[in-house]
Amino acid sequence: MWKKRNVQKRGRKTNRALPVLSFFALLFVCMMGYLVYFVAVNEKALLNNSYNSRQKLLASQNTRGTIFAADGTVLAYTDTAADGTETRIYPYGEVFAHVIGYSTYGKTGVEEQANYYLLHSNAPLSLRALNERIGAKNPGDNVYTTLDVELQEAAHKALEGSSGAVIVTEVDTGKILAMVSMPDYDPNRIEEIWPELMEEEGSGILVNRAFQGLYPPGSTFKILTALEYIRENPQTWQEYTYTCNGYYEENGSRINCYHGSRHGEVGFEEAFARSCNAAFADIGARLEREDFAHTLEELYFNRELPTAFPAAQGRVEAPEDLSADEMLQTAIGQGRTQMSPLQLNMITAAAANGGILYTPYVVDRVVNCEGTVVRQFRPSACGRGMSVEESGILTSLMRKVVEEGTGRGLSGLSYTAAGKTGSAEYGKVKGDSHAWFTGFAPAEEPEICITVIVEGAGSGSDAAVPIARKVLDAYFN
Amino acid sequence: MREYFVELSGYLITLTVALYTFECFLLFRLRQKKQRSACCIRQICLILISQFLCFFTLYCKSGNRNYLFFYLYVQLFLIMVMVLTPLLYRSVNRLLLHNMCMLLGLGFVILSRLSLARALRQFVIAAAGFLLGLGLPAVFLRLKFEYRRYLPFALLGIGVLSAVLLLGKLTRGSKLSLSFLNLTFQPSEAVKLLFIFFLAAALYQDISLKRVFFTAILAACHVAVLAASRDLGSALIFFVGFVILVFLATGSFLYLGLGVLGGCISAVSAYFLFDHVRVRVLAFREPFTYIDDQSYQITQSLFAIGSGSWFGTGLFNGRPEDIPDVITDFIFSAVCEELGVICGICLMLICLSCFAAMMRAGTELKDTFAGLAVMGYGVIYIFQVFLTVGGGIKFIPLTGVTLPFISYGGSSVLASVLMFMLIQSLIIKEREGGRVRVEKKKRTETRKEN
Repeated sequence: MWKKRNVQKRGRKTNRALPVLSFFALLFVCMMGYLVYFVAVNEKALLNNSYNSRQKLLASQNTRGTIFAADGTVLAYTDTAADGTETRIYPYGEVFAHVIGYSTYGKTGVEEQANYYLLHSNAPLSLRALNERIGAKNPGDNVYTTLDVELQEAAHKALEGSSGAVIVTEVDTGKILAMVSMPDYDPNRIEEIWPELMEEEGSGILVNRAFQGLYPPGSTFKILTALEYIRENPQTWQEYTYTCNGYYEENGSRINCYHGSRHGEVGFEEAFARSCNAAFADIGARLEREDFAHTLEELYFNRELPTAFPAAQGRVEAPEDLSADEMLQTAIGQGRTQMSPLQLNMITAAAANGGILYTPYVVDRVVNCEGTVVRQFRPSACGRGMSVEESGILTSLMRKVVEEGTGRGLSGLSYTAAGKTGSAEYGKVKGDSHAWFTGFAPAEEPEICITVIVEGAGSGSDAAVPIARKVLDAYFN
Repeated sequence: MREYFVELSGYLITLTVALYTFECFLLFRLRQKKQRSACCIRQICLILISQFLCFFTLYCKSGNRNYLFFYLYVQLFLIMVMVLTPLLYRSVNRLLLHNMCMLLGLGFVILSRLSLARALRQFVIAAAGFLLGLGLPAVFLRLKFEYRRYLPFALLGIGVLSAVLLLGKLTRGSKLSLSFLNLTFQPSEAVKLLFIFFLAAALYQDISLKRVFFTAILAACHVAVLAASRDLGSALIFFVGFVILVFLATGSFLYLGLGVLGGCISAVSAYFLFDHVRVRVLAFREPFTYIDDQSYQITQSLFAIGSGSWFGTGLFNGRPEDIPDVITDFIFSAVCEELGVICGICLMLICLSCFAAMMRAGTELKDTFAGLAVMGYGVIYIFQVFLTVGGGIKFIPLTGVTLPFISYGGSSVLASVLMFMLIQSLIIKEREGGRVRVEKKKRTETRKEN
């Protein structure tokens, strides 16, 4: 754009104008890039802010869309009375409480995550034109979730009466098929029970324990300790043996086996299957700490999970700076390590599917009122947690747990399962423990992955395995 | 039918504005006269189409006939500007002229959407400013006395700013305006025009250290008086204008570096001296923490931009009026909300093409004084756009300056129109000045013969 003639004639002046012009052009390009980035990233989150009056504006223009299960069962819809008042109705009541959420007094669950879509309308132009003429509202877009009603009901029934969470996902997509958190509430009555809920804030009824609950992983963490040991000793891990006297002692730190059981001489597989704390404390003491920290970080410890909904971040003290005692505690899933059922489920699914971590998701697609797809969400991998070989080894270890170890409650069924139990001690009183089970089925060709936690219920084999069994039964029968 | 039109026009507005923007940059590349005039005609058509789409949507959505009348006034005015000016002055810069019309037109649309009465007031002032400005080239062509003196301009500027400081009306902690016969002015807008003339006059011949130093002192007086009036946005524009003009005149990177250094020092001291600077930096860094207090304005602006998304909600479908001071300080966010972010980006590009045209015209002018003045106007213009747009989208902390031609404000739109006409005058004088002199000579010769 700068004429050659001018460059020669007024070279000096052009040379001065050009840097100034380029500087401002660059500044504007950065500014435009920022604007595009800002809108692309934040558009939907901005709408959910309670200070944004546009939610109300959109709600006055469009009727909130319907939320469906994967098979088309209605999970939430808006009922408009003759006088125009709208009520949000949840046909299944508390069964889908946490996963679907509510949309009064703020929003949670799918109601929050898909709020943008539910509020906007992509109805065909002819319908919108008609509605504008007669002064009617437009139908908001509808949302199909990945949820399976039967599985959700089974999980809800199995967990009823206890505190805890169940999450079931599809192994090679990350689709969430069922997700229950207890204690729960009836989203239809949220307005009535709101003052109550606010009073007993400590009970955490509104907290979605599967996504936001952080628990000590207990023996389920041995999956990770085992993975690291196999990774460091790919040739020799099978030769590992340990003689268990019911405890492990080193420099005055002592690790006991659960309820003081003595496992005698155990190999690697047996130590895992029978969940021998002493052997895993010994394994933990042999690990390269820096490598272990790296492995854990790859599996989303101390990192935000890449989910579209809010999820708690798993925490583990960086093994490099741990004392010997704390390292032993970490190796068996006690100490200061905490993780959410969701994260454990992701890792278990990776062990089942050849090592890939999939981002769990619950919103499958958005359709307009006529069923035309507006937006389709697809499975997305968020990392490789382990190699194919490693996942194969973990699968065989977890099969052993079900065949002859702490997970025997799942053996001898029409399907084969694999998994790992856990009894995570918490609080000061010795013996109080959360019951864990995480696993998948069928063991040969894994389809679904299930993670169960029951708060304060004792051992994983007694309290968590039966719940997992009921849910898996519902899926396979 | 109406609904279909409204729905469709949302996208068509974006399309026409985008095409117009493309033509702006195309015009830089075209050499042949035929191609250039075809491009100019396309631009005029695109302006008129986008105006029609916008105003007809406003009418359809509101049902208010006054929009149609306002549309007619605006169209007559814009057509007059785009047709009459080139007829009067052959060598007027068409790109700058068209851009001025595009921006004014877009401004009238968004202002009348927010408040028709204010848009009408803005329109009257812009039209008056243009008629005034239309005479400027003629004045410059026939100017006899030597106007390239720096002291009078500098003293006049400092004097006016000091008068504001002493007599000015206090609005939200800053002294910005003077009232006279029920009319309120913001003289800093007019002083901006004087300031660049002063700098160009001071530096076009003499760039000795002594002269630069003396100019710096006079410029610093301007900035200091503005800072004392707590009009920091204008102070910043003046300062940047000075630093870059010194660089353009001398080509010395040393001066530029010193200027940048001085700027950083003053920015830091302003941060510690003025509360409202600290508040704005805080609102910039953590907008959502102080959402119901210090950063209410900026978060509301971000909500508006977010809800507009790429194609906008359509006129009257958004809520830009939720942003406090939207018509003066956040008009860009209102454009993004109702006309779309793509439109907003095109707007930035149009402003950038104005700047590029001014820098190019500035380098091509043989008269160093005129060249410096044109480039100086370009710099303060684009910098002001940068401050207001960047502030509104949270790219930089807020400064609270207006978006030239689009924001509401009589002084602002008047100064912007006059600035563009001044630039045109300087360009026209160089191209046609010779011709006038020749014609005059001929006339005197014929008179003698008679």
